[in-house]
Amino acid sequence: MKGYIHSLQSMGTVDGPGVRFVVFMQGCPLRCGYCHNPDTWNMEDYEIEAAPEEVFEKICRFRNYFGEDGGVTVSGGEALMQSEFVTALFTLCRDARIHTCLDTSGCIWNEKTEGLLGVTDLVLLDVKMTSEEDYARYTGGSLGQTMFFLEQLEERRIPTWIRHVVVPGLNDGKEDRRRLERLLHGFTCIERTDMLPFRKLCKEKYEKLGIPFPFDVYTEGS
Amino acid sequence: MEQQRFGQWEGFVPGGWQAEINVRDFIQKNVTPYEGDSTFLSGKTDRTDRLMRKLEQLLSVEQGFGGVLDIDTQEVSSLTAYEPGYLDKEEELIVGLQTNRPLKRGVNPFGGIKMARRACEAYGYKLSDKIEQEFQYRTTHNDGVFRAYTEEMKKVRHAGVLTGLPDAYGRGRIIGDYRRVALYGVDLLIQEKEADKRKIGEDGFDVEEIRLSEEVFQQIQFLKKMKEMAKMYGFDISEPARDAKEAIQWLYFAYLASIKEQNGAAMSLGRTSSFIDIYIRRDMEAGTLDETGAQEMIDHFVMKLRMARHLRTPDYNELFGGDPMWITESLGGMGEDGRTLVTKNTYRFLNTLYNLGPAPEPNLTVLWSDALPKPFKEFCAKVSIDTDAIQYENDDLMRPDYGDDYGIACCVSAMKIGKQMQFFGARCNLPKLLLLALNGGYDTTSRTQAGPEGDVYQEEYLDYDKVMEQFEKYKVWLCRLYINTLNVIHYMHDKYAYEKTQMALHDTDVQRFMACGVAGLSVLTDSLSAIKYAKVRAIRDEQGHIVDFETTGEFPKYGNDDDRADVIAQMLLSSFSSEIKKTKTYRNAEHTLSVLTITSNVVYGKKTGATPDGRKAGEAFAPGANPMHNRESNGALASLNSVAKLCYKDCRDGISNTFSITPQALGATEEERIVNLAQILNGYFLQMAHHININVFNRQKLLDAYENPEKYPNLTIRVSGYAVNFHKLSREQQKEVIRRTFHEGM
Repeated sequence: MKGYIHSLQSMGTVDGPGVRFVVFMQGCPLRCGYCHNPDTWNMEDYEIEAAPEEVFEKICRFRNYFGEDGGVTVSGGEALMQSEFVTALFTLCRDARIHTCLDTSGCIWNEKTEGLLGVTDLVLLDVKMTSEEDYARYTGGSLGQTMFFLEQLEERRIPTWIRHVVVPGLNDGKEDRRRLERLLHGFTCIERTDMLPFRKLCKEKYEKLGIPFPFDVYTEGS
Repeated sequence: MEQQRFGQWEGFVPGGWQAEINVRDFIQKNVTPYEGDSTFLSGKTDRTDRLMRKLEQLLSVEQGFGGVLDIDTQEVSSLTAYEPGYLDKEEELIVGLQTNRPLKRGVNPFGGIKMARRACEAYGYKLSDKIEQEFQYRTTHNDGVFRAYTEEMKKVRHAGVLTGLPDAYGRGRIIGDYRRVALYGVDLLIQEKEADKRKIGEDGFDVEEIRLSEEVFQQIQFLKKMKEMAKMYGFDISEPARDAKEAIQWLYFAYLASIKEQNGAAMSLGRTSSFIDIYIRRDMEAGTLDETGAQEMIDHFVMKLRMARHLRTPDYNELFGGDPMWITESLGGMGEDGRTLVTKNTYRFLNTLYNLGPAPEPNLTVLWSDALPKPFKEFCAKVSIDTDAIQYENDDLMRPDYGDDYGIACCVSAMKIGKQMQFFGARCNLPKLLLLALNGGYDTTSRTQAGPEGDVYQEEYLDYDKVMEQFEKYKVWLCRLYINTLNVIHYMHDKYAYEKTQMALHDTDVQRFMACGVAGLSVLTDSLSAIKYAKVRAIRDEQGHIVDFETTGEFPKYGNDDDRADVIAQMLLSSFSSEIKKTKTYRNAEHTLSVLTITSNVVYGKKTGATPDGRKAGEAFAPGANPMHNRESNGALASLNSVAKLCYKDCRDGISNTFSITPQALGATEEERIVNLAQILNGYFLQMAHHININVFNRQKLLDAYENPEKYPNLTIRVSGYAVNFHKLSREQQKEVIRRTFHEGM
């Protein structure tokens, strides 16, 4: 089995607890207006093709830095597009007692996803928009799917960190905030909720790819 | 020595330290490890604040005067040459200056009169006729060296294959055990040296014994001068110190005597904080000292260290930018018995960076161990994030070789305090050696035949095996020449500029290292990798010498945790290390090797032609063992892993890595950044890495400081085994620092 990977980062400190090795998977079904990694959208554009064992071997080189808190995070792209690969990778990590963290929008649900959650220690769940209408409009996906995923996490008692990008003038109003609170209300699996400021650092990437940056009209958050 | 009983030792746990000079035993018997956090620390007192403001005014005038406040051109620096000087006699708790006024520099021509003359002239002064005349009839270290240098030695020196050699200035890198003066008093030290001297020559009097006998005579003489110097300040240091204040004062007098006598490149302090802690605790238990008072004394001591100066020439500053003294103080570490050597006073030393503001000196060096108390690790990480002023070295790696009472001289050179010293050997330029090998010994930059004449590499494309074969030949030649050159230098330094004060604070039977070094490791590694994995075409001038390269295709680069490249770096060091060992050293010193450049990576690069890795002629090297600027594409930890692979056993004199990371890349909140940085340090050292400088800031800040220096008068950054005030670097050095890799995360 091979994974199609956009890139590997030996040090991440903002995608889960502690010092982490981050695997950015290639391919994503969503097209979020503020996406930071448009170069991960198309599955064919992968940079690295590797077996889980090969990536695991790389991760092991950084074990000493993980300490008690750190570990590996698989992000993307959308990691759920290659659930089998991530499951195999996480299984290897679990056996080696390396903490596993899945960064996802929860937009896919199938048997393979279930298998993956069985070897996931922490999920970073990106709740992108707070109404079905906005979700469809700005990401091309469905809020219902994300919420269903969250229910699955609750059922399995998988620790979850919610992430929500706040774009000034789009979803920073009081009403948005209240809707988000209502959506997340009652979930005991949620350990923390991070409101991430909208950034435009990725503009260069869009320019390079020759596609317009959909959220160029918005200003950065603080 | 017989069992001693001084009243000043009342309250200390007795032991072997009373029957012999053995500071380590004293520390082991009396130290109180501290495993708590930093909440006990005190801020600065009003008195400290007043003194510090006075000092800051002087520092700003010094800067306004182009870096030198004043020079005494009349007297040759010595322990007793100047009247006592003060920053503020009424206010300061610890006294003693190098000359009669703060920041005024003395002249020390023993290394070389030309250097002293040029240094005076560079700042608009003229060396007095009196000193000029005196040294007409005196041989300096520099005179001696050039009498003995061979033509070949002069050639490699001129071409910059060997550079920064201590042949015109004090060699430094020797740490006196300044604590001995505090613990034993000078009289007992003299008595012990006299006993040692009587034993010399018992089995015959050959060259070695005669030399040693004269040296010990001089040591005794200078211990007596040290007493005289202290007396000028109103202190009698014949006997042991009575309390913490005296202990610091005695210890400082010993250090001060050393820097009055010697202008060595690096004049390090050793490992004093936990030693002093023992005195502070005793005073606190007696109720004569509280935390505020203890911190105040340490603040005043550190203020004195920050005022230490030597007079240097502008070209010296190219090699050692930023006017450094390397007053390196080694902090923390673990004892051989598993107890930590972190004490409350370790924290107090770090706390001076808050009380007095960030500064490059003293060069605070944390000896890191996996077993250090967690609160201490995190406090260090916090200090790094807040001040960019400290460095870290791997205690778990060094302790097996050096025990638990070693210190760092200069940047990365470990030595058992009072038992080992080193002959500083600067470094050789590795990329230049490759170019010499390719051009049959001809140096295309200086346009001289710098090495033995051989064939210029003939083929159009470089073949790895053939290049290595040629490189090997020149390596063998250079290693032999390098050691022989150092032998000349250190013979002459011992003869004409022997470190009498510092060696008086060593055991008479001292162990010596011959500390060689290499520069441009990442450039040579990537160049060989390019030759091996890509296609490198040689571009020649009219005479057929190779002056440039055209490299096509991808090749693995050092700094990405890619074994293909990293193995080349490992191989280079191990082969260089074993090659230098083949040539006999002066005084049977043990050969060691460092990967360290100070700021000479800039001037070395300037003197080196284009290299196969794509580096252009004249472009700066990366500092120390750093991967070349911005060639790391797999993130921060991959870069650290590459450096960690370099073997300490090949480089017993240290492997320096300077690491710059943005605050954002360390985590979102201050708390996360602290925890993550501590974790990164711990991981790096578990990978058996040796050293790291940590800078936490954005490139933007340096760019702003480059354009608007007045906005950042105290901006301190780590460069290569030491810290500097950014504004004290030359423009070229500043630009090189800005070009370095900043790990920015994702």
